[in-house]
Amino acid sequence: MKRTVEKKLLASGLARGFLRGGLIAVAAVFGALVAASGAQAAKDSLTLGMVLEPPHLDPTAGAAAAIDEVVYANIFEGLTRIDRDGAVKPALAESWTVSADGLTYTFKLHQGVTFHDGTGFDSADVKFSLDRAMAEDSTNAQKGLFAAIASVETPDAATVVITLKRATGNLLFNLGWGDAVIVAPESAETNKSNPVGTGPFVFERWVKGDRIEIGRNPDYWGEAAKLARATIKIIPDPAAATAALLAGDVDAFANFPAPEALGQFEGDPRFAVVIGSTEGETILAMNNGRKALSDIRVRRALAHAIDRQAVIDGAMFGYGTPIGTHFAPHHPAYVDLTGRYAFDREKALALLAEAGYGAGLTLSLKLPPPSYARRGGEIVAAQLAAIGVATEVAQLEWAQWLEQVFRGKDYDLTIVSHTEPMDIGIYGRDDYYFDYDSPAFKALMAKLDATADEGARYGLLAEAQNKLTEDSVNVFLFQLAKHGVWNSGVVGLWENSPVQANDLTEVYWKQ
Amino acid sequence: MAVFLLQRLTAFVVTLLAASLVVFLVMEVLPGDPAAVMLGVNAREDTLAALRNEMGLDRPAVERYFLWVGGLLTGDLGTSYTYGVPVWELVRDRIGLSLPLAFIAICLSTVIAIPLGVLAAAKRNRAADVGVMGFTQLGIAVPNFWFAILLILLFAVHWRLVPAGGFAGWDAGFWPALKTLLLPAVALALPQAAILARVTRSSVLETLGEDYVRTARAKGLSRRAALWRHAVRNALIPVVTIMGLQFSFLLAGTIIIENVFYLPGLGRLIFQAIAQRDLIVVKDLVILLAAAVVVVNFAVDLLYAVLDPRLRGGQLHE
Repeated sequence: MKRTVEKKLLASGLARGFLRGGLIAVAAVFGALVAASGAQAAKDSLTLGMVLEPPHLDPTAGAAAAIDEVVYANIFEGLTRIDRDGAVKPALAESWTVSADGLTYTFKLHQGVTFHDGTGFDSADVKFSLDRAMAEDSTNAQKGLFAAIASVETPDAATVVITLKRATGNLLFNLGWGDAVIVAPESAETNKSNPVGTGPFVFERWVKGDRIEIGRNPDYWGEAAKLARATIKIIPDPAAATAALLAGDVDAFANFPAPEALGQFEGDPRFAVVIGSTEGETILAMNNGRKALSDIRVRRALAHAIDRQAVIDGAMFGYGTPIGTHFAPHHPAYVDLTGRYAFDREKALALLAEAGYGAGLTLSLKLPPPSYARRGGEIVAAQLAAIGVATEVAQLEWAQWLEQVFRGKDYDLTIVSHTEPMDIGIYGRDDYYFDYDSPAFKALMAKLDATADEGARYGLLAEAQNKLTEDSVNVFLFQLAKHGVWNSGVVGLWENSPVQANDLTEVYWKQ
Repeated sequence: MAVFLLQRLTAFVVTLLAASLVVFLVMEVLPGDPAAVMLGVNAREDTLAALRNEMGLDRPAVERYFLWVGGLLTGDLGTSYTYGVPVWELVRDRIGLSLPLAFIAICLSTVIAIPLGVLAAAKRNRAADVGVMGFTQLGIAVPNFWFAILLILLFAVHWRLVPAGGFAGWDAGFWPALKTLLLPAVALALPQAAILARVTRSSVLETLGEDYVRTARAKGLSRRAALWRHAVRNALIPVVTIMGLQFSFLLAGTIIIENVFYLPGLGRLIFQAIAQRDLIVVKDLVILLAAAVVVVNFAVDLLYAVLDPRLRGGQLHE
C-alpha cells in the first residue's frame, strides 16, 4: 500500500508541467469554441428575458406577475382578453349580450376550439373554471373578481349565461384577467407544472431556474402565431441582463430591470428602447390609522414636502410620470391632480405647525425590495427631513413587508407600486393597510359598480380621484414606466402593459 | 478503523439532527406567511386559509417537525410550496449544475494553485516568487463577481465565444452544457486558486526547513526530488484541508456568481426559496448541505491518512 501511494505521489511530480499544460488546455478549449459557434438560422424564434421566475404556471392559483408574463394570451385564454391598449376584446367568447338591468351576461363561444392536450372546449369548461375560482376552497389570488357572480349556466355547448348578484360594470374587464382564464377539468390540477390551455402557443419545457420554452400551436382556432417558438430566459441580475442583450443571448427584455443602463442601448442601432406605461401607481402609502397621520393636515404637509420629479429622476433615472391621485395617467378617465399638492416646503411647514408638529415628528418608513422603493425611499427620507419629519428607515423583504405592513399595519410610511389595473377600489376596502375609512368613498365605489354606462362611469371615477386627493390618503408619487429593450428587428411586442403580460401572438422578425 | 467509522457516523447523525432542529426553529420564527407570499395583496382571508390547509401549515409545529424528519428518513423530501413539484426533483436538477461546476472549479484551481505555490516556495524571494505572490494578492483582492463581469464582456460580448450566462442543461449535449460552465468555473477558480497557492507556498516553505528534507538532500537526492518527494508531499495536509472547505463553499456558496451568470444552481435555489418562503425547500437544502459538508470533511480525513502514514490508525497501519 505504502509503495503504490508513493508512486502516485511521484507521478504528481509531473505537476510542474501542469501550469504550462493547463494554459494550453484552456487555450485549446476556447479555440474549439470559436469553431463550435456556427451561423444562426433564419429567425422565427424569440428569446425573451424576464427578471423573476414564475413560481409555477397556473395563473388561476397565484398572484405572481411572472406567471401571467409567461402564460397570458400565449398559453391560456379567457372569455375576453385585454389587448395592448387596455381595451376588452373577445377571446374564447366570440360575442356577448348584456341584459337591460346589467345582471345577465350571455356569451356565445367559439366553436371548434381544443385544449393543447386534444380535449374539446365548450361551455362546460367555462362553468368548471369559473365555479372553481369561486369555490369555498379556491386558491385563486383574485377571488374578488368573481364576487358578484351568482351563477354560471350552460344552456348549450356554445352558450354561457352568467347571472350577477349586483350590476358590475367591470365584469367583462375582470373576465379578461389572467386569473379568469379557462382551464379544462382534465388538466386543471397539473397546470402548475404542465399548463394546458387553448392559446396559440403550447408549453414545451421548463428548465427550472433557467428557461421556459413554448412552441406554436398548430391546431390553434384563431390566427396562428407568427413565431415558431419562444424561449423565456430568467435573468434576475441587472448587469447580467445587460450582458445577455449585448451578447445576443436574449433578443428582448419587455421589462428591462436596469433603467440606469438604458442610455447604453439608446445609442446602439442594434437595439430599440421603448418606454411605455404600466398600471403601477407608485405611492408613499401612509397609515391613516396612526395618531399623527390621522390628521389630514399632516398628510397634506407630507404631500407638499415631496418633489415628485426629484424622486423620478433620482430613483428611476427620469423614467416615470408624476401622478396626483391613484389612477393611471394614460386612462381616458384620468384627472390630472398633480398641481393640488405642488412641491412647497413653506406650506408643508405651516401645515405641520398648525397640526401641532412644529417641533418635528418621527415616522417609520418601511421599504420592500424593488429599486423604486429602496432608491425612492432615500430621496423621500431626505425630503421629509427638510420639513423636520425624521424617518426610521427599515428595509424589508417581500414576505416581511406582506406580514408587517400589508397585513399587520405595523408601519407609518411605506413605498410600493400598486400594479393591478383599475385598482382605485382598494381605497373602499374595509381594513385595508392604509386604514382609510371613508363612507363617502365606499358609496362612490358602490355606485360605480352598479353603473354600466361608460360616460357615467368616467364621471364617477373622476369624482373618486378627486376625493382621494382631497383627503390626501397617500402621497401619490409616479406611474411606473415600462422599459422595453429589444433587438431592433423584433416587431409586435407590447409597448405598454395594461395587464402584466408578454403577449407574443403578434410578434415577428423584420426581414 | 471500525471505531473510526462509527465515530464518524455518530457525528454525522448528531450534526444532521442538530441542523434539522436549528433550521426548523429558525423557519418557525422567520416572519412571513408562505400563503400570503404566493397569493399576494388581493387574496381574501378564506383563500389564504384554503391554501394554508392545502400546504399543511395549519397543523401544530411539533407535528410538522416530525412529519418532515420522518419524511427525510424515508427519503421523502416533500413538495415545494411554490413550484408544486417534489423537492428532490428541484434538487436533482440543481445538483446537475452545482456539482460539476464545483468540481471543474476545484480542479482548475488545484491545477493552477499547486504548481504556482510550489514554484513560489522553491524560488523564495526571487522574481518568480514575487510574481506569483503579486498574482495571488490580486486574485484575492479582486471580487469574483467583478472578475466574472470582465470575463463576460471579453469572451461573451466582445468575442462571442461563449454565452453570457445561463445553463444549457446536460440533455442539450455534453459540449454545449460544458461551454456554459466554463466562464463561471474560471471566475470561481481564480480567487480560490490564489488562496490555495498562498497556502501551498507557506506550507511548502515550512516543510522545506524540516530535518527530513535536509536528510533527503544529505543522502544524495537532488533539490528537485527532495522538493517534490518529501517537502511537497508533507505540505499537502493544510492544502487538502483548505480544498475541502472550498469544495463545500463551491456547492452552495456561489450565489453571486450564479446571479452574474444566471445559472440555476443550488445557491440561487436556496436564496429564491427564502425570499418566497418556500420553507420546505430551505429546510431540505440546509440538511443536504450540512450532510455534504460532513461527507466532504470525512473524505478529507481519509485523504490525510493517504497522504501521511503517521496519521493512520488501527488496521490501516502496515
